[in-house]
Amino acid sequence: MSNEKLMKLKLHVWRQPNATTAGAMKEHVADNVDPHMSFLEMLDVVNDKLSEKGEEPIAFDHDCREGICGSCSMVINGVPHGGHAGVTACQLHMRHFKDGDEVYIEPWRAKAFPVLKDLVVDRSAFDRIIAAGGFIGVSTGGTPDANNLLIPKRDADAAFEAAACIGCGACVAACKNASAMLFVAAKVSHLNHMPQGQPERYERATSMVAQMEKEGFGNCSNLSQCEAVCPKEISVRTIADLNRDVIAAAIKGH
Amino acid sequence: MKLDSKEPTGPIEQRWTKHKFEMKLVNPANKRKYKVIVVGTGLAGGSAAATLAELGYQVDSFCFQDSPRRAHSIAAQGGINAAKNYRNDGDSVFRLFYDTVKGGEWRSRESNVYRLAEVSVNIIDQCVAQGVPFAREYGGLLDNRSFGGSQVSRTFYARGQTGQQLLIGAYQALERQIGAGTVKMHTRHEMLELVLVNGQAKGIITRDLVNGQIESWAADAVVLASGGYGNAFFLSTNAKGCNVTAGFRAYKKGAGFANPCFTQIHPTCIPVSGDYQSKLTLMSESLRNDGRVWVPKTAGDTRPVAQIPESERDYILERKYPSYGNLAPRDIASRAAKEACDAAKGVGPGGRGVYLDFSDSIKRLGKDKIAERYGNLFDMYNTITGENPYEKPMRIYPAVHYTMGGLWVDYNLMSTIPGLHVIGEANFSEHGANRLGASALMQGLADGYFILPYTIGNYLAQQKPLKDLGISTDSPEFKEAHTAVVTKQNKLLGIKGKRSVDSFHKELGLLMWEKCGMARNAKGLTELLTQIPALRDEFWKNVSVPGTGADLNVSLEKAGRVADFLEFGELMARDALTRDESCGGHFREEHQDEEGECVRNDEQYMHVSVWEHVEGQAPVLNKEPLKFEYVHPAKRSYK
Repeated sequence: MSNEKLMKLKLHVWRQPNATTAGAMKEHVADNVDPHMSFLEMLDVVNDKLSEKGEEPIAFDHDCREGICGSCSMVINGVPHGGHAGVTACQLHMRHFKDGDEVYIEPWRAKAFPVLKDLVVDRSAFDRIIAAGGFIGVSTGGTPDANNLLIPKRDADAAFEAAACIGCGACVAACKNASAMLFVAAKVSHLNHMPQGQPERYERATSMVAQMEKEGFGNCSNLSQCEAVCPKEISVRTIADLNRDVIAAAIKGH
Repeated sequence: MKLDSKEPTGPIEQRWTKHKFEMKLVNPANKRKYKVIVVGTGLAGGSAAATLAELGYQVDSFCFQDSPRRAHSIAAQGGINAAKNYRNDGDSVFRLFYDTVKGGEWRSRESNVYRLAEVSVNIIDQCVAQGVPFAREYGGLLDNRSFGGSQVSRTFYARGQTGQQLLIGAYQALERQIGAGTVKMHTRHEMLELVLVNGQAKGIITRDLVNGQIESWAADAVVLASGGYGNAFFLSTNAKGCNVTAGFRAYKKGAGFANPCFTQIHPTCIPVSGDYQSKLTLMSESLRNDGRVWVPKTAGDTRPVAQIPESERDYILERKYPSYGNLAPRDIASRAAKEACDAAKGVGPGGRGVYLDFSDSIKRLGKDKIAERYGNLFDMYNTITGENPYEKPMRIYPAVHYTMGGLWVDYNLMSTIPGLHVIGEANFSEHGANRLGASALMQGLADGYFILPYTIGNYLAQQKPLKDLGISTDSPEFKEAHTAVVTKQNKLLGIKGKRSVDSFHKELGLLMWEKCGMARNAKGLTELLTQIPALRDEFWKNVSVPGTGADLNVSLEKAGRVADFLEFGELMARDALTRDESCGGHFREEHQDEEGECVRNDEQYMHVSVWEHVEGQAPVLNKEPLKFEYVHPAKRSYK
């Protein structure tokens, strides 16, 4: 539909049949790439061609394609989600590439995120971290009227900023230690900024961190790579919030 | 097919209370003897699974995504309605009830809608207690905004990410139960069949999407919370994985499917940019609070915005619907945009777009205020189109967004198959022929937190636990269903044709959009009834599904879903053809007044159309008549 010049790209994609078989980078050609396409639509076109030839398409996680579900997870030219501020791979558009570019596409690489196939990894460790304490312990029913609780706008906004995390795992993929600190900190900061989060504040911080370590994620070296690639631009200040709560928990004997 | 709505009688405001008291209860010590399967982890499924587990039932929860947090409820942007009347602007449970019945053009069940409005207030309390970071005022109280089809401010929101925040709340409640061992979570599992034993829903068959294993699961009751079927159109605002399979499998096992032709077209989406388009992105309806919809007054005017003087702009919604203006309901706003584009007044490439202009609001409130309200939406628009909406009006066009139709349920949210409950978008229920903005989140959470947990108890209290009935996954019914699933899968893998699954899906989508989309007529719908079966035949001869069944195989996953859409699309067309009137999202061109508004036919069509599958034959139409004691049918006017 557009008049802009169509591009031809050479893709180098990590292809791995399953969790137990070794993978390798494999070349694919992306032809007739329109600058208005999204990155995943470019892969759709490549996959369509593969399917027509009876070859298996490149497997990758994706769902909402509007940057909110957190499914898509690929390292593009060495940077999780491709390196555009506040953008997930599904929202990355081909106008940022030019004809003849070579593009390297790899899965998240972290011990705690084993590869299942091609670009698909297992991120269930994140769910287990939430199950360890990333919630407020209320059951359905019997709650007071919503406006009985006054929350200063500043606190509500700070909680919201941290709650924007989509659990994609880019923070882990970018970290040389494969640390999940930003993910854990975002949840702790969200809940601990609100009065509802206070009763379980210290148990939450310690049990989530313990689960993170159990899952095989590394520790934090304060290099802020996570913040740089976070598609929701979660601040590393949340890690400071988390550290404060973990230290306080130790002092208070939680 | 017997359609007993089981609606309580008496004054409407007492019906739910009375019903709750009359329902049978399961003793707390006995609850753990019952297992419930919940398919889907969106707002409805996630909240239901968590709540049922809190009550003491054993729960098996399934989702096809890699985590329950990724269900498509997460993408809802604008907000959630509740009749709190915190703004002191005259809202009430009755007004929310009234607006919803009117918005749905008198095609929903009054008792259900009233109950929805009644529990709406509890939802906000629950979500705040869970730590959902709703927008607040400086004084610390909750903020509200307005949404289409309503003249009060009753929408609670969390910037443009309300669905995400509500879903994360439900997800955290669910994970809390998973951690406690009361919910067994099965991610990357897709339901492919429903299992009936003695006519009752007692289990499902799933495929493990990682290793391809086909597994059987038995339970005392099954809850489908599997979402809507908007992806029948291929292009929609739904996530790529959204599908009709769970619901359609249930239909084929005997559950009635209600009003499949009631689909909602959302007026504010980013227009299509090319053939490669894989999905459409919604721009929240909340934008219409501050954005003005316009097109050039002259057909074929392609001048840039700055060169079109104010006097040559047609603010279509403000002109046609002065009292609701840019906040006219979705179906009405969508048709107004289509009408303008059909008259060659559309803007942007291909002329399928209208402007949504914020320049007046930016002048009035300042850029910062607009950024605070809609910042993430403006950024998203900029990322996708490469255009800056602070400087240049957005271009928008309607797209398929939500499906009001779904499996028929009674007042207890139970389908025509005993034991099979259906909640959220997957059922037909509360929205009639058109859903109002910010009401889907409300319904999903109402069903999951506050309605199903009561009503399913009424069913279970009258059932012996599986063990006492001698039912397990070794029962012949499970073996039979398991074999059917494997056979179908092998058939798909064995075709080895030349066309990709997506190419069939796109072709079906285009047919549906052209002939069963924003406007429909008897000729086009009749054509669909031969075109869809022809496409289906080609699919089963020429689809290419590479790889094997014993592996993570995305082509196989998609092929199964598209195979069901290719049957379901026909049912939608049949329903649209049979409903020979215009109402809400169902606009039959033959039935419009001189101004292009819907003309309903209450005498013949004030009923729910419930389709019943008959093997090897055309489906049978059953009708649930609707009666309106409180909101009297009238012309639905927003002028």
